[in-house]
Amino acid sequence: MRILVCISHVPDTTSKINFVEGDTKFDTNGVQYIINPNDEFGLTRAMWFKEKNGATVDVINVGGPETETTLRKTLAIGADAAIRINTAALEASQVAKEIANVVQQGNYDLIIAGRESIDYNGGMVPGMIAALCDMSYVNNCVGLEIVGDKATAIREIDGGKETVSATLPLIVGGQKGLVEESDLKIPNMRGIMMARKKPLNVLEPQGSGTSSNTLNFEKPAPKGEVKLVSPENIDQLIDLLHNEAKVI
Amino acid sequence: MSILVYTETDQGKFKKGAFEVASYGKAVADQIGCDVFAVSFNANSPESLGTYGVSKVLNTSYEGSFDAKLFADAIKQAALQVGAKVVIVSSSADSRFLSPLLAISLDAGYATNVVALPSNLSPFTVKRAVFTNKAFSYTEITSDVKLIGVSNNAFGLVENSVACSVEAFDVSFSAPGVQVESVDKASDKVTIADADVVVSGGRGLKGPENWHMIEDLAQVLGAATACSKPVSDMGWRPHSEHVGQTGKPVASNLYIAIGVSGAIQHLAGINSSKVKVVINSDPEAPFFKAADYGIVGDAFEVVPTLIEKLKAFKADA
Repeated sequence: MRILVCISHVPDTTSKINFVEGDTKFDTNGVQYIINPNDEFGLTRAMWFKEKNGATVDVINVGGPETETTLRKTLAIGADAAIRINTAALEASQVAKEIANVVQQGNYDLIIAGRESIDYNGGMVPGMIAALCDMSYVNNCVGLEIVGDKATAIREIDGGKETVSATLPLIVGGQKGLVEESDLKIPNMRGIMMARKKPLNVLEPQGSGTSSNTLNFEKPAPKGEVKLVSPENIDQLIDLLHNEAKVI
Repeated sequence: MSILVYTETDQGKFKKGAFEVASYGKAVADQIGCDVFAVSFNANSPESLGTYGVSKVLNTSYEGSFDAKLFADAIKQAALQVGAKVVIVSSSADSRFLSPLLAISLDAGYATNVVALPSNLSPFTVKRAVFTNKAFSYTEITSDVKLIGVSNNAFGLVENSVACSVEAFDVSFSAPGVQVESVDKASDKVTIADADVVVSGGRGLKGPENWHMIEDLAQVLGAATACSKPVSDMGWRPHSEHVGQTGKPVASNLYIAIGVSGAIQHLAGINSSKVKVVINSDPEAPFFKAADYGIVGDAFEVVPTLIEKLKAFKADA
């Protein structure tokens, strides 16, 4: 079984979000980058298939050379080979088209991407790859089992879960639940040493066009002070929620 | 030139998000000067969309489970039939599932998490929540057909009655993408996505055995229940209740956090909620900086009193 895991290189979840150049660019100053958490759950599930089913696991990222530290980390965790498509990731359809091109040539059985990246939150790359490659697709995937060429996936729906089956090849948009938080692997020294020798192939983009374009950013308006209510005076809270905030 | 909204149903009834995308679609149509069409599956009373400004509903009957590929294909056929240049969907799990497929098949630029009406029609520009609600971006959609995913509860329901006709829409259905084996869904519970009020608990509740307080408070308020990341990681509550950056976003009118300290990732996930209340014994908890109202106090004393007083308040109302 051949698995491809799509990796986004994103600011750490604790990052302060600021913008520069007239609010047109994200301020990367002092920002630590990590594997997108939704992708890391998928990568960890892929490692499980590697151990149990003997799968080979490739990872892919669309981005400049600065994303290679994140790709090396996935190799240290246990991925076999990495692919970097050497172009700035501008928007979802461009990224999806670049990855779809690799998917179509790579003979993959399973493609795992995060349900969304935690920076631009588009939530569309896995679905777009599925549409471009005409493959079965399950989003918000919180459970995945594979026997032979049959996959059983659990999808989180509003208010519950749905179990679906599909024949490989399959694309999933993964999230927490695919594995538990405690299953996530921290690279050990041996993994880090081995990662240096694993292939990281840089491919030139096919030059996919974009269909959207970010003009500028804005930060939320600063919030006012919290109104404190005494624990002895719950009536006041109910009064404020009813008459001032008008939410009950 | 027209606008098409995908109005989602559950057991034949329109979801709240259906009325919201209809309201949003009508407002965009008024900016542009055109009509709003809707496409729905198995709607019991499609004409009710007229209340929110839809002039014509293409209602199709379909026996079977939701399937993203099949539904996306049907919506595409509706978009082509009415000549839609702007297609609008909600942020429900199903709409977010099918929309990337729809975007590719319509060759449409797709903007998700849209929180306001287009700020400009030329170039067509929408405001999106990004960095998990820590910022907004103004994004230009450059394709001929535009696909907009409206963030839950960002626009609200706006009544705008127009005459509404209903057409039985004959779709040539494609093969489903996957086979649905089973659905496990609590029909009597409000979902986090649809809830006007969400009550959330954190580690301060000390253990899953104390969750009856959260559930009782939620019941009085008709609210959905949620939790912080550590609570779901420890297995006190299911992952589906985890709200925050790697969990679910919450955009309710009222969010009540009990014993939640307010880590930056949690606050990002609930930032779109309109009014936030925090109850925490630690006055230094970061949540107090993000909240509108706060009580510094012991949840085990405050919450039972709050439940009793809210019951009395609801009984009087």
